[in-house]
Amino acid sequence: MTRPSLLGAAWLVLKKDWQIEWRTRARLTALLFFSLATLLLFSFAMGPDVTTLRAHAPGYLWLGLLFASVLSLGESFRVEAENQALTGLVLTPVEPRAIFLGKVLGNASLLFGLSLVLLPVTVALYDVDLGRAPLKLLLVLFLGCLGISAPGTVYSAISANARARDVMLPLLLFPVLVPLLLAAVSATKFTLAPDPQEQLGSWLRLLTAFDLIYLSVGFLLFPKVVEED
Amino acid sequence: MTPTLPLVVLALVVAGIVAHVTSPAARRWVSPAVGALGVLMLAALWYLGLFWAPPEQYMSDVGRILYVHVPHVWMALLAFTLNVGCAVAYLTKKSWVTDALAEAAAEVGVYFGAVGVLMGSIWARPTWGVWWDWDPRLISTTVMLLAYVGYLALRSFTDDPERRATWSAAAAILSYVSLPIVWFSVRWWNSLHQVQSNPSTVDKPMVAVLRWGAVTMLCFLFVFIVKRYELARSRQTAALELPPLEAPRPEAA
Repeated sequence: MTRPSLLGAAWLVLKKDWQIEWRTRARLTALLFFSLATLLLFSFAMGPDVTTLRAHAPGYLWLGLLFASVLSLGESFRVEAENQALTGLVLTPVEPRAIFLGKVLGNASLLFGLSLVLLPVTVALYDVDLGRAPLKLLLVLFLGCLGISAPGTVYSAISANARARDVMLPLLLFPVLVPLLLAAVSATKFTLAPDPQEQLGSWLRLLTAFDLIYLSVGFLLFPKVVEED
Repeated sequence: MTPTLPLVVLALVVAGIVAHVTSPAARRWVSPAVGALGVLMLAALWYLGLFWAPPEQYMSDVGRILYVHVPHVWMALLAFTLNVGCAVAYLTKKSWVTDALAEAAAEVGVYFGAVGVLMGSIWARPTWGVWWDWDPRLISTTVMLLAYVGYLALRSFTDDPERRATWSAAAAILSYVSLPIVWFSVRWWNSLHQVQSNPSTVDKPMVAVLRWGAVTMLCFLFVFIVKRYELARSRQTAALELPPLEAPRPEAA
């Protein structure tokens, strides 16, 4: 058997994660109902005023995704902790960086799928107009989910083995994600509402820059984080 | 006092720090000497900041908090830069020295940053009319503090010393990388920020007192980090049974 290339190995890790996900479907279902409940809670907390809800919908959507991501990221390394599966994965003759890429893509695709399900819910709850720039909206969602997953994968690998891991992950992850949240919420706002000053482009650039920076930093750091002594 | 006088003292303090780092023989007296200098400079700073410096043009006496607020934030930034330097050094070549120094720098940095943000908030109330504002520097300093509180929590929640060192180094780098991005994103979010002052827009005596304050705080930063570093080293020694850093001093026994 030949040794797979970096991308080939990443693809194998990604396929493995999808397979685990598909066989149980537990994580996806739990995430879905958790974020539905979060979005509903936001609308209860803000009251029935449709104008306020519509104006703040991008913020609620991204906070819902952010809270869901903590659960999803934590779970992505918890499954590897069973039977020391992560050790087995690190011992396979592939680069640890391939595991990072595969895990990031796995987490990002799960979040992206979740966001696609949440979009119709925002229409129902907050009365937003998705038809204004649908392709750009999808791009924003994808870049945002990738941006949450890139630092999130490194942090969840770290916190999966620490004590109080459920508190650790958001404590480490949320400060780093502040710029992503600002950029994603602003960009989403300008795909749902008129953008007279054409600010969407600069927020998309910030999102892309965030993704590239954290993908490369994570790519460099991840082997150190998972290496066994 | 001219604006150059604090720079002369700064050179002295930096020479002391260099001596402390390079020569083990100097270690015994440098940090007490710098600490004593810091206390003397702090006493002078009270007089200089409260009475000697002219009142600020628009904010009058309220603006005097500048002389302690700004140095605190500068020192926090300096400490976090030292922390990330140690993190990179640790990941390049494992060493308990850089791990202990990273821990010391992060904890002292969180102290200086927290005091700095608190004073900034107190200052914002009478000048901007609010305790909190979407100012890029305020937000990025607060986010930085939160990130480093997470870093310290990670350190205290990881039991294995080697994993703690590696993981916290990774977390330190991820947090530090976020600083410029936070700064830019908040600036874009709210483009009505005020322009940062520089020495050419500020009155000369005020520059002198600000620099004096910065050198004072640098003395304390150095002494705090040295003390915290020694503590971290002795904890490591206790945990790992490493040989002690230096032979116990006769007078300490």
